Amino acid sequence: MGITFRNETFRDDFTFRNSPEHIRRFPFPFHEDAYMYAVNIEPHVVGPKGSVLENLIDVDEHYVAEMQDRAMVLAEDPLRCQSLPHMTLAGWDLLELLMEQQAQGYPEHFTLTRDGDRWRWINRPLGIDDTFTFGDTSTLPYGPMEYITRQSQGDFCILDQRDGNLWMDAGMVTTQADWSLDFDIGMNFFEWHAPVPLAHEKGIFTRALKFLTNIQQGKPARRLNWTMTINPRLDTSPENYHKWGPDRTTVTPENVGDKVHLRVELQSFWRLPRSNGIVFPIRCYLIKMDELVTQPKWARRLHRVIRDLPDELANYKGLTRYRPTLVEWLSKLDDGSPTSPGFGPY
Amino acid sequence: MAAKSIISRPVYGTLSPQPGKHHLFVADAEGALAIGEMAERTPPGFFDGAEIVFIPGPDRKHVAALEALKPAQFHEAPSFASLLPRLRQTLANAHMGLRLYLSGTEGLIGQAMQAALEAGIDHTSIQTEHRGSLARRMQCVHCKGITENVTTQPATCAHCGLLLLVRDHYSRRIAAFQGVCINAEDRSEIPPMEEIFR
Amino acid sequence: MSTGTTKLDVVVSDVVPVNDLVTRFHFRRRDGQLLPTFSGGAHVVVEMRDGERTRLNPYSLMGSPLDTREYTISVRRDDVGRGGSLFMHRNVRPGHEMVVSYPVNLFSLDLRARKHLMLAGGIGITPFMAQTAQLAAEGGNFELHYTCRTASLGTYADLLRERYDRRVRLYHDDLDERIELDRLLSSQPLGTHLYVCGPAGMINWVRERAATLGWPSETVHFEHFAAPQPGLPFDVTLAVTGKTIRVDEQQSVLEAIEAAGVDPPYLCRGGVCGQCETNVISYDGKFIHNDHWLSEEDHRSGCKIMPCVSRFEGRSLVLER
Repeated sequence: MGITFRNETFRDDFTFRNSPEHIRRFPFPFHEDAYMYAVNIEPHVVGPKGSVLENLIDVDEHYVAEMQDRAMVLAEDPLRCQSLPHMTLAGWDLLELLMEQQAQGYPEHFTLTRDGDRWRWINRPLGIDDTFTFGDTSTLPYGPMEYITRQSQGDFCILDQRDGNLWMDAGMVTTQADWSLDFDIGMNFFEWHAPVPLAHEKGIFTRALKFLTNIQQGKPARRLNWTMTINPRLDTSPENYHKWGPDRTTVTPENVGDKVHLRVELQSFWRLPRSNGIVFPIRCYLIKMDELVTQPKWARRLHRVIRDLPDELANYKGLTRYRPTLVEWLSKLDDGSPTSPGFGPY
Repeated sequence: MAAKSIISRPVYGTLSPQPGKHHLFVADAEGALAIGEMAERTPPGFFDGAEIVFIPGPDRKHVAALEALKPAQFHEAPSFASLLPRLRQTLANAHMGLRLYLSGTEGLIGQAMQAALEAGIDHTSIQTEHRGSLARRMQCVHCKGITENVTTQPATCAHCGLLLLVRDHYSRRIAAFQGVCINAEDRSEIPPMEEIFR
Repeated sequence: MSTGTTKLDVVVSDVVPVNDLVTRFHFRRRDGQLLPTFSGGAHVVVEMRDGERTRLNPYSLMGSPLDTREYTISVRRDDVGRGGSLFMHRNVRPGHEMVVSYPVNLFSLDLRARKHLMLAGGIGITPFMAQTAQLAAEGGNFELHYTCRTASLGTYADLLRERYDRRVRLYHDDLDERIELDRLLSSQPLGTHLYVCGPAGMINWVRERAATLGWPSETVHFEHFAAPQPGLPFDVTLAVTGKTIRVDEQQSVLEAIEAAGVDPPYLCRGGVCGQCETNVISYDGKFIHNDHWLSEEDHRSGCKIMPCVSRFEGRSLVLER
């Protein structure tokens, strides 16, 4: 039967909503009533039916609207999609991965036919039917990475592996949580994470890098990260910070439920076969407080997490200005009763 | 030097002679002193295979001292922009075995390194030593314009006029620190401007 | 979580003698599907069931990464080695069902390079077979210098000459032909990367000359799988599992641990990748470290061992496994 794609916006009138089944499948990121950095990396294997892990590359009801928003961002600022010259092969690797995963997970929406290096790709939701030669950039309207990531939800960073480090040498980044691909491209793993507070001192990145450089083909891994966003805005780039920053001053006790969104990133890590690079998809899920608190356990837990978050982290995540208002609003939904361990709503 | 910093902030060392067949020095102003001090530790004949490209201050201080090292080639340039075509040409024709030494202001080191990266030199193999002004090159993350010689925190973007927090986050590719609007959330908040990168 | 490799069920589709010492083996997937794509320089670990023993040896994939219908490896017969190559030469025939790991690349090309300068010695040619095929398909700039004992032992030399013509230079020991290394290294354009694969002596020589001539270490890539060296048998106590095992003369510590039913992670089995790094809990004796992974400090400390290639002589050794 397939997915019913919503017609909605992530800017201006902000008509983005989650359907009830999408609220239930939301990847709530807190397994206990507190949050601290950890190397929370686990194998990226298929999860239960009806969850965001049902397929390793998830396509959901927001697909078409997200792709429209991406096209608008790129029209305004083409620097959001860049690939250093040595990364074209990795772009082809990514194109293969995303076409195969989407076609396998959603055959009613995507079809890939391969005849040697002659490939045909049908993307029904976006009305695309292209035949091209795999490996020949002149047969696609964009470079391979840009072509396929204009048709795939989430941001994508492609990392080159050399000298025991990972180098962010290509990416499509239009739904980022406040970091600039244009500025960070070419940096190594430690450099582009440099602004993250606390984690370096804890040795988090050293351990994470060791793990990531050893990721093997056919054995992807994943982790969750989170922040909060005012209004369901995908493009919270530093480039446009002066445009969306004022939103943070608009939170009032009356509009918390509608305006404040939990923003969860499902990050996965895949070894790319031809280039020996790593692709790092960052899939963003948004849920407004009104939707989230329909699950009482999540409401209680989020209250405790946000209330007890260390100030440095709250500041880094940009919550400082509206945290008291949010905590006050959430506290009314927290009767103090215990929450069950684990991510699920029950 | 900044007291508390972050990992993307460049770390400069002390120039030291590297194994190699050719040695290319690019320096400005007090960067000449770093070359002079290193020369005290170089093996005899080291400068026979060396080229020094130097941007002196208005008083041409240190020029004589550098010439006295008797490098194979010595070139004096009035500005970085004026030496860039020559630097690019040298790098384009160079062979493996060329070693690069950069000393002086952060802006000089960063821009010369940028040209070297484009020529295929890995940044970790470049010797650097910071001397002189701590003024920063800053890229405005919003309009992408570069403002040279930033000495204040916050600083005004010379292109779009936004008031920017000058971060320690640094891009070798752009050869600049990142500037992010400091009062984006509420433009009426105007923090005091202090001169801190002297 | 463990980062071990995934396994592939394959069948030997062809066995081709290449010369007096080298035989090539072709593998296809038993289910008829394509094999996973790989990058030039990758290796697979081949599992050999030799009676009661399982041998696991890494071999570079030498086919074109563009053709994944089959994997090919070339095995040089080593009459005095631990027996893996002899097993391949004597026992493996077409139709033989075997298991190989997913490809892993610990010797990958730096695709930023303006030029790739490759130096091969003897059977060290195999990773370059795949890398040259990959680069040639992309129009990459490379040059291969290949040293072999005699023309008849120049494995794939003719094929490479035919494919790449003057981009391949051959040097024969019996004709006293030697690479003019210093001249070669000094005439490469800026942005060149150097790759070397061959006997340890050659790798050390090339690395030393490159460093002296001013090649930064990031531009020098080498692949040297240390084959586990035979030695005196010794006993090891595994603290976690509470087992005491014997490491035979021809066995590595890792193989002995596996034979006891304990499965530590591994990728290269050649002392390079660091996966099987193991903590030493106590010891009375001396280590024979043969790996390229641990630092000299680690070696001196007596706190760590790479069980894939390193050995021990003495009274007792307790490992955290």
